[in-house]
Amino acid sequence: MLEARELVAYRGERAVAHAARIDLAEGEHLALLGPNGAGKSSLVLGLAALVRTDGELRYRGEPVRDVDAYRRRVAVVFQRPLLLDRSVRENAALGLALRGVSRRERDARAETELSRLGVGQLADRSAIGLSGGEAQRVSIARALAIDPEILFLDEPFSALDAPTRETLIADLAHVLRERGVTTVMVTHDRDEALSLADRIGVVIDGELRQLDTAEAVFGMPTDPEIAAFVGVENVIPAHVERATDELTHLRIADQRIEVTEPPPKGDDFPLLCIRPDDIVIAREAASTSARNSFPARIVRLEPIGRRTRLVLDCGFPLIAHVTRQSAREMELAEDDRVVASFKATVPHLLPRIRH
Amino acid sequence: MDLILQGVSGAIAKLAAFDPDVLDAAVASIVVSGSATALAVATGVPLGALVGLTRFRGRRLLLSLVNTGMGLPPVVVGLFVVVFLWRSGALGDLDWYCTRQGMVIAQYFLAAPTVVGLTAIALQSADPLLRMQLLSLGANRWQAAWLLIRESRLLVLGAVIAGFGAVISEVGASQMVGCNVKGDTRILTTAITLETSKGEFGSAFALAFILLGIIFVLTAVTTFAQQGRNARST
Repeated sequence: MLEARELVAYRGERAVAHAARIDLAEGEHLALLGPNGAGKSSLVLGLAALVRTDGELRYRGEPVRDVDAYRRRVAVVFQRPLLLDRSVRENAALGLALRGVSRRERDARAETELSRLGVGQLADRSAIGLSGGEAQRVSIARALAIDPEILFLDEPFSALDAPTRETLIADLAHVLRERGVTTVMVTHDRDEALSLADRIGVVIDGELRQLDTAEAVFGMPTDPEIAAFVGVENVIPAHVERATDELTHLRIADQRIEVTEPPPKGDDFPLLCIRPDDIVIAREAASTSARNSFPARIVRLEPIGRRTRLVLDCGFPLIAHVTRQSAREMELAEDDRVVASFKATVPHLLPRIRH
Repeated sequence: MDLILQGVSGAIAKLAAFDPDVLDAAVASIVVSGSATALAVATGVPLGALVGLTRFRGRRLLLSLVNTGMGLPPVVVGLFVVVFLWRSGALGDLDWYCTRQGMVIAQYFLAAPTVVGLTAIALQSADPLLRMQLLSLGANRWQAAWLLIRESRLLVLGAVIAGFGAVISEVGASQMVGCNVKGDTRILTTAITLETSKGEFGSAFALAFILLGIIFVLTAVTTFAQQGRNARST
């Protein structure tokens, strides 16, 4: 449906984001994930033809030349609702008014979308003075009222408080799946991306570094910065001792580790990536199917939300997460001796970046 | 102090009697300054939108000229307009020297830079993402500009009132171009100058009260509009 090749998005005269290749299929939900200031908003504005771009942008197989015509087939929801000083209904109907739709029809369509987003009862109120959540719902209704072929969402939830955000994400996910709208969403929140997206693109330092399924991005990040951003806290330099058809044997400090993933081609010193959630902590060594088990000392315990983050010393540093309840029940404390285990299928091997 | 009391009581008497000279001057002021401001708005708001919302070569130079124009001395404007309207001048055939039309032209050049400059500032201070949002909703550039002007209407209204305020209270250009003809081109400010020079403080105060009244009404309109908006946003 939408294809971008070597797309460069500009802000003023400055090139701020680049994507070598993006293919968006009809009905697909794509999330562009990345830290603040990474250039993901610029990239999405480039895809929406709202900022100057270089490179190739094709819509339904044809190059985007008539920008006004293209913009009339897509819609954008920004971080802030950007409502005009008029009634909620008039705001929701604005895109239709700009398309010359009759007042009766546009009011009816606007009211349908407002009701779908749960703010139908506010139609007669002035848009000035709505709460943040209500205003963002009106903004989304305004975008959906024009029945866009692609909906671009530029961090639409980031200015909202957590409960409002969670409800709105759930409602929007329902509406988008019900309507089958093709969506490109920008976010720096991994949970938001996982809630709404079929595929995830990671943008770091103005570059779309990886674009793949959520499983691939979170399980097999293609570089250490992506790994760090998607929550892979353990990125550890390792040495390949030997590789067989079934296992790769690695050494880290004095420990031997076995993984099922083959080593990166021609790289005997890859980076071993393990998510903290994939490490199992026990008080004593037990007979399990996990091929990797190490005695470890708890260096630090840090509560993070509902979990506890353990900083371990296994001869090499390792981060593990356990639930707070587990930490309590196991009476874990700093300087305690534990056993850290993970399966050979868990780690992902990255080629080491050499400078 | 006696002079002031004498002047104020004289003014009240003239206002109560609907003195025709005073009323003529008030009507002439409103007609001339209103026409000049209307022309300034018709040309200045679109130009202000162009300067405020777009980037083009020469924009900074244009902004500098507009800013300079906002501080133009009325007598200098008067001088140039008189030179153009003088019988042997470039526009002498129009025969507009010592007419209200000539005064409207002079006041237009005083009001327009204020309207252009303040409109540009009003639109520049609008949220840049709002324009992008309007474009993304399918607005073309002109529709987006019009919606932004409507959205910034209070600031644009402020620009219009500043322009009107600048010309309704100026004296130099109107005196030079209009020649202060009684019952025709004599406006409030030129009449106040004349009556004061004659020592007719009653008439001068009456004219001054009307001028102050007009300025008060203008200020009240913007204040009420602003407060009305604030009340709706809370």
